[in-house]
Amino acid sequence: MRDRAAALERAALLGPGLLYAGVLLVVPLGLILVYAFLTGGRFGAVDTPVTLDNVQRLGEPVFRDVIFTSIGLSAIATVIALFIGYPAALAISKLPRRWRTVAVICVVLPFWTNFLIRTYAWVVLLNNEGLINQLLRATSVIDDPIALMNNRPAIVLGFVYAYLPLMILPLYAAIERLDPQMAEASTNLGADPLTRFRTITLPLTVNGAFSGCLFVFVPSLGNFVIPELLGGGKTATLGTLARDQFLKSFNWPFGSAVVLVVLVIVFVIVGVQNRIASRIEGTNMKAMP
Amino acid sequence: MHRLNLRRLAVGILALSLVGAACGEDSGGGGALDTDADLTTQSLVISNWDAYTPEGLIPSFTEATGVDAELSLHATNEEITAKLIQSDGAGFDVAFVSSQFADQLNQAGVLAQIDPDFIPNMANLAPEATDLVGIDFSIPYTWGTTGICYREDLVSSAPTSWNDLLDPADDVKGKVTMLQTDRWLMLPAQKSLGFSVNTTDADELAQVQDLLASAKENLLAYDDVTFYSRLVSGEAALVEAWDGWCNYGIAENPDIKFVVPEEGSDLWADTMVIMKSSENLEAAHAFINHVLEPANHAQVAELVYYKVPNPGAMALVDPGLIAQFPNLGMSSADLLEGEQLRDLGEDNQTYTDIVTEVVAG
Repeated sequence: MRDRAAALERAALLGPGLLYAGVLLVVPLGLILVYAFLTGGRFGAVDTPVTLDNVQRLGEPVFRDVIFTSIGLSAIATVIALFIGYPAALAISKLPRRWRTVAVICVVLPFWTNFLIRTYAWVVLLNNEGLINQLLRATSVIDDPIALMNNRPAIVLGFVYAYLPLMILPLYAAIERLDPQMAEASTNLGADPLTRFRTITLPLTVNGAFSGCLFVFVPSLGNFVIPELLGGGKTATLGTLARDQFLKSFNWPFGSAVVLVVLVIVFVIVGVQNRIASRIEGTNMKAMP
Repeated sequence: MHRLNLRRLAVGILALSLVGAACGEDSGGGGALDTDADLTTQSLVISNWDAYTPEGLIPSFTEATGVDAELSLHATNEEITAKLIQSDGAGFDVAFVSSQFADQLNQAGVLAQIDPDFIPNMANLAPEATDLVGIDFSIPYTWGTTGICYREDLVSSAPTSWNDLLDPADDVKGKVTMLQTDRWLMLPAQKSLGFSVNTTDADELAQVQDLLASAKENLLAYDDVTFYSRLVSGEAALVEAWDGWCNYGIAENPDIKFVVPEEGSDLWADTMVIMKSSENLEAAHAFINHVLEPANHAQVAELVYYKVPNPGAMALVDPGLIAQFPNLGMSSADLLEGEQLRDLGEDNQTYTDIVTEVVAG
């Protein structure tokens, strides 16, 4: 009796979430998986000759370049976000309690603005006649404007800016969860701050760091707005490629193949991360009292 | 070319015979137009781009004919074309699409043949406009050409050739943009090399692709939307632009000029088409007739700063506007030197692939 009640309770609690995930995530992704192996007709028609053409086409040199460029840009953005986000999260955790809440709100605040507007703000700052170049020229630091956008560094900057909050928050959450007694114990045992960071803080927050990295890498991989606005439309990424196939060429099977590549990359990375995380967890287990 | 005509003829005959068959069924959609149709019982769903319909146009139409008309918006040609082909025109009566997409829609059998008897104002169209390919299923709404829009004060010499864009002078390197949409991205290279804008020759396309790849190195950006703002701010000095859009820049900075390069350019037209499946064919024709009224058509020119293929309407346009935007005064004969963009059928995908590779390169 109690088992049945417990099972019903589980079903009731999990049900809505599973339904949501099923209908809105699994079904569309399944559809994409199927489409990637079908043939594209004109204007979005999808015909049955099952084919590997779409996937094979992605192996051509020009598309391989697109894949590596996308992974490269996203990876660089992730590393930069980590190097900015980790110190930021540490700093927030050391603030007095009241200021911590304010700091977290400040981190989250940009998300309350439309993504496109936030990105466009950078266009205003970075373009050749924009605020930064104007300031530099007005103060005679430079004579001619520097190309701060319409190039790849600007794309990386856009990714970092857009997804930095998603790096800071999981890191902050992980740091907050640290048992302060561990830090105290290590100090009592003679550890200096650097050793404390290296042996206590870092290993215990690695999972938070991984989450943060994932939250920056994955959206960057599929983003098509930033390469367009900040990159000047001159860099093709997996995101812009997929968008063009779905919205301009209406070649859904090829677009689905592109999305499939993104999914595969994400799954591989999540898999690797899980492996590393569980190995570190294993080590941590030994350190736990 | 010859095969294409036969195929279109076949589609046309098939469409007409289907229409004829539908006649006998009294099913509403299709069928010969009824001169005694009561327009007040009909209603229209019209799809157009945002800010492309003068505000008073539809209300004045409803007032004149008693037909309720609803305006639906589409963002791109591809969007509305895909929608109409997938649904076989269901849900819409009239759509505004660029001429090469009207071509595609017609080949897909979605469009009704226009009956000139129900659009007496077709007589207002410029004679060159009635010579346009596709006039039997698409009526031109606006037309123009593509050229180079530039800041007179930022270039050392006025551009005269597409090569001024593809291989810019040193002082404008990095301050040049090109249009992003497939057909118009290819256009400067095609014309510079002396090819047709509708070429499907593999050799010619390979040369075009090489030229575009080398041009990319000196580009500021591929830009379909903000290119004129970049000219106004000075970020760009020379951009590929549609004539009407260049006018938006001129409106903000009179140092901006427009020129059609000496190698020639295209002739684009945004057209009005009617769905074959429409149950309000008489009202649809009446709407197009209403648009072609000189007073109404002139409003279109004054709204979007594009030329309209209606001499009576252009004569009504505020002369001050034409003085401010010289390309509005371009003659129909000059326009017709441009090559009309045609649908390329399966080769559309080839163009998309070339553009993808140029951008990815």
